[in-house]
Amino acid sequence: MATVDLIDVKKRFGPAEVIRGISVAIENGEFIVIVGPSGCGKSTLLRMVAGLESVSDGEVRIDGARMNEKEPMDRDIAMVFQNYALYPHMTVRQNMGYSLKISGIPKADIARKVAQAADLLQLSDYLDRKPRQLSGGQRQRVAMGRAIVRQPKLFLFDEPLSNLDAKLRVQMRLEIRELQSKLGVTSLYVTHDQVEAMTMADRMIVMNGGVAEQIGTPLDVYERPETLFAAQFIGSPAMNVIEATTGNGQAVLANGAALTAPAAQAGPVTLGLRPEHLALDPDGPLVLEVSFAEPLGPNTLLHGRLAGSADAFTASLPGVHRLSQGRGQVRLNARPGDLHFFDPQTGRRLA
Amino acid sequence: MEKRVTFQGWLLPLCLITPQVVISAVFFFYPAAQAVWQSLYLPDPFGLSSRFVGMGNFEYLLSDPYYRTAIGTTAVFSGLVTLVSMVPALFLAVLADRLIKGAGTYRTLLIWPYAVAPAVAGVLWLFMFNTRIGVVAWYLGQLGYDWNHVLNGAEAMGLVVVASSWGRISYNFLFFFAALQAVPRSVIEAAAIDGARFWRRFFTIVLPLLSPTTFFLLVVNVVYAFFETFGVIHTITSGGPQQATTILVYKVYADGFVGQDLGSSSAQSVILLIIVGLLTVLQFKVIEKRVHY
Repeated sequence: MATVDLIDVKKRFGPAEVIRGISVAIENGEFIVIVGPSGCGKSTLLRMVAGLESVSDGEVRIDGARMNEKEPMDRDIAMVFQNYALYPHMTVRQNMGYSLKISGIPKADIARKVAQAADLLQLSDYLDRKPRQLSGGQRQRVAMGRAIVRQPKLFLFDEPLSNLDAKLRVQMRLEIRELQSKLGVTSLYVTHDQVEAMTMADRMIVMNGGVAEQIGTPLDVYERPETLFAAQFIGSPAMNVIEATTGNGQAVLANGAALTAPAAQAGPVTLGLRPEHLALDPDGPLVLEVSFAEPLGPNTLLHGRLAGSADAFTASLPGVHRLSQGRGQVRLNARPGDLHFFDPQTGRRLA
Repeated sequence: MEKRVTFQGWLLPLCLITPQVVISAVFFFYPAAQAVWQSLYLPDPFGLSSRFVGMGNFEYLLSDPYYRTAIGTTAVFSGLVTLVSMVPALFLAVLADRLIKGAGTYRTLLIWPYAVAPAVAGVLWLFMFNTRIGVVAWYLGQLGYDWNHVLNGAEAMGLVVVASSWGRISYNFLFFFAALQAVPRSVIEAAAIDGARFWRRFFTIVLPLLSPTTFFLLVVNVVYAFFETFGVIHTITSGGPQQATTILVYKVYADGFVGQDLGSSSAQSVILLIIVGLLTVLQFKVIEKRVHY
C-alpha cells in the first residue's frame, strides 16, 4: 500500500512531447483508471511509474520518495501486461513464484504464498501447467497471481482485459476490482474502454494528446465534464454536441430551436446534450429526424439529424419505441440542468 | 486445420521432385553406396585388383591405435569448435540486441567473416601465426612466449579450432540475434519488475527461450566441425604435428588419397556416416525434451 504522486511529469521522445505535464496525487488504496484513446500517452505514463520508461521532466514519487532514477525492481511494484507476459517455459507455479525466488525467500514460504494466491484466483488445479495449456482468462489470472504473491506497494495494469472476449471481460473486471478492494493495494489501471473506467475507478484520469483532461470520480466526470473531450469520451452513446447562442434563459440552436437554459449563461457556446437526458415531449423544441433506431431492450437509441441541421444526433429513450421501419420524426426536450456548456474556442466547461 | 494442395495428374509433381531426387542420388546415395561397397574390399597397392575381405577393414581400423587417437582428437576438436563458435556468438548477439544506434552497421560487420571460405580463413590465420613471419607469433615472442604450432600439438589444435570457429561465429550470431529479437519485450520487462537483474534475466528467461535456436545450432555446428573443417586443417597443419590435428574426416583423405588405402578410407567414411547419423538422432532425442516449452 502506498501513495503515488506525479508532479508535472513529462515525457519526450526526441522532439515529440508525448506526456505534457501531468500532476496527480493518489491516495493509499485508491483504484485509479487512466483512460483515453490510443496514442494519448496513457501506457507511457504507466510505464514511467513502473520505471520501464525514463521520466523526461517532473517527478514520480511512491510513498513520498523520488523514483525517477530507481530501477523497476527497486520500486516494489507489480505489473499486469496486456499480453500477460507469462514466462512460457515455466509452469504456473514457477511463474507465480519467480519474483519470490529472486528475492531469496525460503522455498517453503514461496510454496505457501503461491498456494494462497492460487487459491484466491481459483488456479489451484492448474499450478503444474504451462501457460500455453491455459485459456485466455486463466492466463489473465496467472498474470494477476504473479502480481499479488509479492504483496507489492502498487499494482499497475496495462490494458489487462483487452485480449479477452466481451463476456469474460465483464467477469474479470469485477474480479480484479474485488481482489483489489480485498487486498487494498493502490492500483493504476490503463484502459481505452470508458465502461471499464466508469465501473472500476475510484477516480479516473481522462487523457488526450498527452494531457490530463480531467481527474475525478467517474460520476464527477460524467456529470460535470471539465472539457468537451472528457464529455464526449465518457458516456455511451457519446454526448451530442451542437453550436448554440445563449441569453435570456434560452439556448438557441443554429436551426432556431430554443431550449430553456440557466439564466446566468450568455453568449456563444458549444452545447452538450447526453442522449439519455433527452425525453419525448410533444411540445419539445428539438425535432429529431430519425434515420434508424437501435432497440437495445431496456432502451432504444434513435440516430438521425435535428431538423435543419447536418450534424449527427442521437437520443436514448427508455423502453421500446416502435417507429415505422425505424424512420420518422420525434420531438424531444431536455431539462435545463442537463445542459452542458463549453467554450467554443477552448472547449473548456463554462460555469 | 491443415490445408493441402493436391495435384491432378502425376507428371507435374514428378517434374517438381526430380531435380532434388537426382541431386541426392548422384551426389549422396551413389557415393555412399560406393563407399559401403568399397569398404568391404581390399585393393592391391596398384589399384589393379581388389579382394573381398568382409568386415576386415573395420576390424583393422578399430584395433588401429592411430584411428582411436583420431576419434579422440575429433571429439576434442568438434567440442571446442562448437563451444568457441557459439559462446562468443551468443555474447555478441546479446550486445547487439542492446544496441540502439548503429545496430545495422555492427550487424553487417559481424556477418562478413562468414563470407570467407574456410580454406582462405585457414590461410589468413596461418599468416598471422606463422612461426617466422606471423604478426601474432612475433608479438607472442616479444611477450616471451615461443609460439610454434608446427612442433607443438596443443598449439596446433588451438590454431585450427580458432580458424575453424572464426567464420562460424558470424553464422551463429545471425541466428542468435534473430532469436533474441523474437523474445517478447514484455516478458523481459515482467522479469525486470519481478526483480531479476540483467544476467539473472538472461540465464532464467532469455536463454531458455533461445533453446530451440541453441539446439539447432548445436547440431549444425557439430556436423560442421566433423566435415567442413577439412579445408582449414589441410591448409594450416595437414593433420600434424604427429597427427595431433588429424580428425576423422582428415584421416579419410590422408589414408585414401595420400596413403592410397582406399578400402580403409571407405570403411572410415562409412563409420563417419554412422557416427553423424547417431549423433543427430541422439541430440534430437535427448535435448528435444528440454527444448520445448
